[in-house]
Amino acid sequence: MTEQANSSMPVENQSPGPSDHQSDEDLRIHIDDSATSPTLLFLATSMVWLIIGSLFGVVVALKFSLPDWLGSVPALTFGRLRPAHLNTVVFGFVSLAGAGMVIWLTGRLCRTHIRWTGLLYISVIIWNLGLLLGTALVLAGYSEGMEWLEFPLIAVVPVALGFVLFAASILKTFANRSVEHIYISLWYILASLVWFPILYVIGNGRFYQGVSQAAMNWWFAHNLLTVWVTPLGLAGAYYFIPKVIGRPIYSYYLGLLGFWSFALFYNWNGLHHLVGGPVPTWAVSISIVASLLMFIPVITVAVNHHMTAFGNLKLVRYSPTLRFVVFGAMSYTVVSLQGSLEATRTMQEIVHFTHYTVGHAHLGVYSFASMILFGAMYYILPRIAKWEWPYPALIKVHFWLTAVGVLLYFVAMEVGGWLQGMAMVNGAVPFIDSVIVTRPWLWGRSIGGVMMTIGNILFAYHFALVVYRAGPIRFAPGWVRKAEGQTS
Amino acid sequence: MMFIRSFMFFLGVLATFLLGWAGIVGIPDSMISRLEPPAGLKRYTAEQLYGRSIYIREGCMYCHSQQARPRGFGADQERFWGRPSIPADFTYDRPHLLGTMRTGPDLVNIAVRQPSEEWQYLHLYNARLVTSESIMPPYPWLFEEKPTAGPGEKALALPDSVAPRNAVVVPTREGRALIAYLLSLDRTYDAPRSPK
Repeated sequence: MTEQANSSMPVENQSPGPSDHQSDEDLRIHIDDSATSPTLLFLATSMVWLIIGSLFGVVVALKFSLPDWLGSVPALTFGRLRPAHLNTVVFGFVSLAGAGMVIWLTGRLCRTHIRWTGLLYISVIIWNLGLLLGTALVLAGYSEGMEWLEFPLIAVVPVALGFVLFAASILKTFANRSVEHIYISLWYILASLVWFPILYVIGNGRFYQGVSQAAMNWWFAHNLLTVWVTPLGLAGAYYFIPKVIGRPIYSYYLGLLGFWSFALFYNWNGLHHLVGGPVPTWAVSISIVASLLMFIPVITVAVNHHMTAFGNLKLVRYSPTLRFVVFGAMSYTVVSLQGSLEATRTMQEIVHFTHYTVGHAHLGVYSFASMILFGAMYYILPRIAKWEWPYPALIKVHFWLTAVGVLLYFVAMEVGGWLQGMAMVNGAVPFIDSVIVTRPWLWGRSIGGVMMTIGNILFAYHFALVVYRAGPIRFAPGWVRKAEGQTS
Repeated sequence: MMFIRSFMFFLGVLATFLLGWAGIVGIPDSMISRLEPPAGLKRYTAEQLYGRSIYIREGCMYCHSQQARPRGFGADQERFWGRPSIPADFTYDRPHLLGTMRTGPDLVNIAVRQPSEEWQYLHLYNARLVTSESIMPPYPWLFEEKPTAGPGEKALALPDSVAPRNAVVVPTREGRALIAYLLSLDRTYDAPRSPK
């Protein structure tokens, strides 16, 4: 798929000559129009799950410091809210927002209107129904008991069907593409459409028992990042960084190397969650080696993105999209390198079974994937709602609350988790010391979580203003800071 | 040409994915799924299984692992959490509850380390009654208040500060089952040779 290695950029990014500008613009509007309603539905419902999931998260975090708070309500106990938080943010917010972004990107990158939009409407409805059912059942006590796989079958089926219908529409659109050249973002999207349904069926299929099931569990949980969350983030980064800057991606070959090494190595990572456990040691060792090999795709992608943005990074002062996406892309490098090192036995002896891992997970799903999805929405929403973001100051507040919030969360969890691990591996100190030592850091985690949640709520409010075309009318992009010469 | 390139692409991503599955799930499973259960490992009784479902319902596995690591890797052995776990220890576990977090201590041999039913009930009712620094959630809905304990029931010996007036606190059927499950967790029998 690499025929035009020299024209390494999104096709519509090539500056059109003056004569075909009109038709090019028209085509883009026509494509965006076909994506408008389904994209909007996916993005808008993702906002609801963002708020619900964030609130769950804050309550979960506070319960570490206030264990008796809401302690007599079974549905609000820690052990039920925690899976509710994870499932709503991953299968709700990230998945629905990601699907919305994918619909819009596919139209742009395939240079054709979206096919089978009827399927997308059914998809967004049953996907949301599945989430609602699954969350309610987990809170009511009907969890299936495996991390990342808590939803009972009755909730899993609609989510899976929703994904398949969504994938069908995207693949049909891809089959009708009017471009020769398939841009890097599309590779990640197409691969995830193949990977996710198989993973989801094997994961929820209950084919295993005992320790084999644990191996499958962590193959599933880690691969959900491989086959879905990370491809969404990278597809967004590969599209929006060159797009906003107005330069082609630095190297198509690096993109190719990054993609296939990602596909080869990332699938083998899952068992690093069972280091020291009762799993065949060779299988765990393979996962550790594969985790270290992730240096290759990660550094490749980092170099590619950095070299594309190089010299234009000052644009993050103006463009909300670029600001969020660059923050997300940088987080991807950090979280991946951290993950590779974290997988080694030396590190696992200390940080396995601690808050350290949870901090790492939030750097991945929030600081990387969610921030890129926010950036994508800042770009996409005005184009499909035909209304600019009314309050640039609100974008700035959203950015700083979420960026500082997630970093505070991350630092608190890594320091607290490390101290917890050091106490735990020291057989001379009582176990309870590993709890006591985390106390101040768990407060730090809650404060970071509250900041992210306030940022998320402000974003959802701003999102609603655009959808309802409220707020002041703007004729220029809602940049976070006025560019030289820009008057509005 | 276009079609073949797309076809090769999809074939490639499918192959990389299935290769990973075979390597870290399929092949390990083929090695450990048909192990003989150790002679010392008992099947769960109906009540213990019911208690296990309460353990899952309340999400105990998000803070408690059930696996002991070998000497030289963490302090599990120094803490007397039991000999290193082997795959066959979990023959009857579905879903598995190995866990990934130790906000609280490991429970794979909790029946051996803390065999007192009374301690377990108090701890479940409110962990801070027995460990003041604990951050474990309380589970009052696994208990009920009654004027007096019924035949065969044993009231919790609560300190005056938390004991209800004119009533006693006894575990419900769910509470009893959960403790029955916890007190079945004993994998200290000799390990058969494992395929490690």
